[in-house]
Amino acid sequence: MKHLGRIAATAAIALGALAGTAQAQQSTVDAVKAKGFVQCGVNTGLAGFSAPDSQGVWKGLDVDMCRGVAAAVFGDASKVRYTGLTAQQRFTALQSGEVDILARNTTWTLQRDTSLGLDFVAVNFYDGQGFMVKNSLNVKSAKELNGATVCVQPGTTTELNLADYFRANRMQFKPVVIEKMEEVVAAYLAGRCDAYTTDMSGLASTRSAQGANASQHLILPDVISKEPLGPAVRHGDNKWADIVRWTFNVMVEAEEMGLTSANIDSKMNDPNPGIQRLVGKTGDMGKQLGLENNWSYNIIKQVGNYGESYERNIKPIGLERGVNELWSKGGIMYAPPVR
Amino acid sequence: MASIPRSSRRPAPPAVRLSLSDPFVRSIVYQILVVGGVALIIWYLVSNTMTNMEARKIASGFDFLNREAGFAISEHSIDYSPADTYFRALVVGVLNTLLIAVLGIVLATILGTVIGIGRLAKNWLIAKVCSVYVEVMRNLPLAVQLFFWYAMIIENLPGPRQAISPLPGVFLSSRGIMVPVPGDDPAYGWMLIACLIGVVATLLISRWARARQAATGQQFPMMRAAAGLILGLPLLAWLAGGAPTTLDWPELRGFNFQGGGSMSPEFAALLLGLVTYTAAFIAEIVRSGILAVSHGQTEAASALGLRRSLNLRLVVLPQALRVIIPPMISQYLNITKNSSLAVLIGYPDIVSIANTALNQTGQAIEGIAIIMLVYLTVSLSIAVFGNWYNKRLALVER
Ligand SMILES: N[C@@H](CCC(=O)N[C@@H](CS)C(=O)NCC(=O)O)C(=O)O
Repeated sequence: MKHLGRIAATAAIALGALAGTAQAQQSTVDAVKAKGFVQCGVNTGLAGFSAPDSQGVWKGLDVDMCRGVAAAVFGDASKVRYTGLTAQQRFTALQSGEVDILARNTTWTLQRDTSLGLDFVAVNFYDGQGFMVKNSLNVKSAKELNGATVCVQPGTTTELNLADYFRANRMQFKPVVIEKMEEVVAAYLAGRCDAYTTDMSGLASTRSAQGANASQHLILPDVISKEPLGPAVRHGDNKWADIVRWTFNVMVEAEEMGLTSANIDSKMNDPNPGIQRLVGKTGDMGKQLGLENNWSYNIIKQVGNYGESYERNIKPIGLERGVNELWSKGGIMYAPPVR
Repeated sequence: MASIPRSSRRPAPPAVRLSLSDPFVRSIVYQILVVGGVALIIWYLVSNTMTNMEARKIASGFDFLNREAGFAISEHSIDYSPADTYFRALVVGVLNTLLIAVLGIVLATILGTVIGIGRLAKNWLIAKVCSVYVEVMRNLPLAVQLFFWYAMIIENLPGPRQAISPLPGVFLSSRGIMVPVPGDDPAYGWMLIACLIGVVATLLISRWARARQAATGQQFPMMRAAAGLILGLPLLAWLAGGAPTTLDWPELRGFNFQGGGSMSPEFAALLLGLVTYTAAFIAEIVRSGILAVSHGQTEAASALGLRRSLNLRLVVLPQALRVIIPPMISQYLNITKNSSLAVLIGYPDIVSIANTALNQTGQAIEGIAIIMLVYLTVSLSIAVFGNWYNKRLALVER
């Protein structure tokens, strides 16, 4: 009986403790400032987007997104901690507050934007889904894949597009669905599947990771979907969403204006009023976001403009700018006016 | 002493005093407090979660079950296509889990029993081999073993175009094992029914034979009768159906084999892993069960002139089973729960499909709730059945 009494008492204490957690939601930016770093949800390892290098330093286009936000908030791009997430874990990680930003080659779709409790704030890479096959299979187009076995990761738009594509073209296929990237790629390489499907960028990254054997794999020309990849934050946190969105826009605007991490210090006194605003000499854009006025200078100085980030991260995996070129140069990358 | 009626032995119930110093009142009060406390916590957690989800615009509820799933599933024992609902997808997952669990339980029991008896063998080599098997299998994590088997299968077997064909119509490749299966003919259906009738008849006759033996001492050749019924009846049905020999052969068409029956590498690896791993534990249970039967029992049985096989069947095993059944049930539960490691190697079990569903819909809480419900139902059913069987076997104490 004594025992039961103790359990009841413990339960009552636990209840009290729980009741304490039900408080008004504060903006992520205040929590981030209080803890001193940005917790960023990234891919567990996708060369070009986010992957630790040989020294264990995270590098990539998505990583630069996080570093840009840290530069804007703290004036120090290194104040980021990374959480590697699989496709299946990513949304719960953001919903539950485990990460502050989800920058993990994640496609912006209506369903995700409306019912997952998150908001997409930008598109940092315009992608599309494709297929990779071994040369020895002698297939030149996705239309020839009727009856094929296809390796795919679960919880992705990839998985849905794959089913849609074969249905629309009245073709049959067998999926092999494995969550872990290394495992699914290993299954494809071992010949368990005829084709591996994911975003074109992911295919390029995987193919280039094969080193000398890369030439044995062919990325088919068919692009079967639109995959606008971009960072997301928790739904309804507009203050934080604004910071992430405009961090990205600054990187694009800087490229349009020809500002780079290398030349920004020499452009501090450039008479161009747009540049004056972007380096924080005039205006109060920082204050409007609740940040220091040199927020945009810090982003450009420490992380660089979008073009620099692309050059550094995506070029090495063998992808040209393509549609991700600036709108003024024939692409669709376009930032609303930063002013 | 058995003649004293029970009620007259019990002391008269004490007058009810509503005081906390009364142990009876106290126990009721505490139990109400605990149950109330737990209910409060649950209510609090649920309502808090709902409010937070509402505030963050996370969808909730089970409406999604009727929506189109949109993703494909490689293995399904009922018809399924991406145009079907999430509900159907989940049912496919449950059936896949049950299939692997049932097959795993049957095979692990057979293998485990053989190895357990093997460890007790007089032959030194057999005993040692069985001991090494148990030690190795028990001490490697199951996940590692699954990856091992899966890699063994897909890395070592050639692609479908170079498939190995050990027997005509049987193909081994990285796409799995393809075998010819009986084609479309009504006779096969009749054979199945005949087989079922044979099994039922065998059960009835064995009952009758036991009763007769108990009453008159006359024995009945049960083994031969069973073989005749279970194998003979289907054979008769097959002959009566015109002895059809149509087989559905697997053949390479395009990228893969079409037709015939097949077992995928994912299924094979999972089954192999679960069976070989669990068999090690079952072997130990069987061994300890047999050792638990006192030597005097076997000696007494041989003194009565029972043959070794009858000794084992009539004296040792019935007593060993009492020791074996309870831990065996927990191994069966383990197989069922461990089958959720299927996600690692891509077999579409309930966890894998519910995970995909919760990811595509974003309804994590509902998804997890479904997984818990399925496992709870399956596990409780196994436990209830096991306990019932255990009770039946237990010593009837007089
Ligand atoms: N953009 C798609 C697919 C994203 C995705 O998960 N891609 C795979 C292949 S590029 C990946 O990143 N895998 C790495 C991993 O899971 O660690 C989505 O948002 O659903």
